[in-house]
Amino acid sequence: MSKILLLQGNQAVVEGAIAAGVKFFGGYPITPSTEIAEQLAERLPEVGGKFMQMEDEIAGIGAIVGAALTGKKVMTATSGPGFSLKQEFIGMACSSEIPMVIVDVQRVGPSTGQPTSPSQGEIMQARWGTHGDHWLIALTPASVPECFDLTLRAYALSEKYRVPVILLMDEVIGHMREKIELPDTYADIPQAERKQPTVPPEKFLPYSVDESLVPAMPAFGSGYRWHVTGLVHDETGFPKGTPEATLAAQNRLRAKIENNVDDIVQVENYKMEDAEFAVIAFGGAARTAYESVDMARKEGLKVGLVRPITIWPFAEKQVKELAEKVNGILVHELNCGQYVLEVERVVAGKVPVHLYGKYDNEAATPQELLDEIKKAMANK
Amino acid sequence: MKHELRLSGTGGQGLITAGIILAEAALLDGKLAIQSQSYGPEARGGSSKAEVIISDETIHFGKVTCPDTLLVMSQEAANKYTNDLGPNSIVITDSLFVQNVPGFTGKIYALPITHSAKEELGKSLFANIIALGAIVKLTGVVSDASIIEAVLAKVPKGTEEANKKALEIGMSLIK
Repeated sequence: MSKILLLQGNQAVVEGAIAAGVKFFGGYPITPSTEIAEQLAERLPEVGGKFMQMEDEIAGIGAIVGAALTGKKVMTATSGPGFSLKQEFIGMACSSEIPMVIVDVQRVGPSTGQPTSPSQGEIMQARWGTHGDHWLIALTPASVPECFDLTLRAYALSEKYRVPVILLMDEVIGHMREKIELPDTYADIPQAERKQPTVPPEKFLPYSVDESLVPAMPAFGSGYRWHVTGLVHDETGFPKGTPEATLAAQNRLRAKIENNVDDIVQVENYKMEDAEFAVIAFGGAARTAYESVDMARKEGLKVGLVRPITIWPFAEKQVKELAEKVNGILVHELNCGQYVLEVERVVAGKVPVHLYGKYDNEAATPQELLDEIKKAMANK
Repeated sequence: MKHELRLSGTGGQGLITAGIILAEAALLDGKLAIQSQSYGPEARGGSSKAEVIISDETIHFGKVTCPDTLLVMSQEAANKYTNDLGPNSIVITDSLFVQNVPGFTGKIYALPITHSAKEELGKSLFANIIALGAIVKLTGVVSDASIIEAVLAKVPKGTEEANKKALEIGMSLIK
């Protein structure tokens, strides 16, 4: 049985977290993500979980690092200013391979910016916010039902690849309320499993891997003991400073993601079958784009929408194929032009790539985007 | 059929709650609805608007671009949120707070919303539910049964009768 509800995107993330089996949230509330903390504070105790409001955003993600090591599924949620503060621990989670989901509901930045207004200004920060070469996953929902689905998916990917996953939302989707159908009980929802060691504790090497390149991760307290560090480490988990160890560690962290892009990267195509011109948009900006494409079609223009659901890793294969198919691309994003840089890199001059960046506190209207599509099509 | 509504006024008047109730009533009618809002960083005061789009078909863009129905509960909102009205837009104002709607030449329903809340129910906080009654009576955008069910599902226990009365008062303001 299921029920029909009117929920905010943020509330759908909360339900997705509960359905995924999250048992710990550590964080510090911030607009426009506050509803996630507020409602998990109520929901987690109902399912035997714990909610902890920490003294700041850094402590919030620090707490979930620790909770994840005890075998739990964990979440923190924030917006731009807090996302900046969390970057150090995101790097540690990449290096020591700790599964977690970080929700970032983007608002206008930099700094405190515009707390209640939408933006997609953290596309590059989600990829490169923490220092050093690293590999992680970022997903962007474009509807309330998709907030639920992608929260589940974020845990599936995070556990499978032992990598932090960023649920990169924006204020448009976080605060929008729309219809969602949820099951009465989450008992039948498959739970992502964390790989467990197949050897006894005395033979356990915490970072030794099979062909999946993902090490097993026993919970603290289970009898398996291991050392967790952000320093470069070998399969024993202890720091090792040789060039060989550094190369091996980095190459494995890279390959466990890059070898699996077909599993990780999802892109939705809307009215692309016969499209001669493509709009690329995601999250809240995609909501404008669907309607602009419908309006263009009514005028006989063969326009379609390509909507990246996985933002990182970049949908390289899909965008390359797109450049073979259409004669022009317009990237629409709620910033001055971030995702477009990757599109340009991959399209590499094959067809013109245009940008309609909107960064004035408000989502573009369908008419505004349609005007930009027509301008871009005229310029080819 | 697609109907775009904007409920505007001052933070604290309950307009976002009213928008949520309206959208929930639309779902009860078996329709689709999107509700969104815009407000400043203030906890109270400042201009506030809630928007609701109700349709039988998929709604992609969630913001109102040409309101079929506009509720205005403060003069500041009347100045700020009315530049995209069309000639056929239905405009409802709270006559206690709104003197004029700049640039709009169509019909305005100036109703004693907050006045009735104070006079007949003793509290101005029922104004949002009274406004909902007037909107539903005037537009028929959701059914009477659904708006009653949605209001009763949302309001605090013990206030059901007063809120039901508020809806009736709102409906009776439309002659």
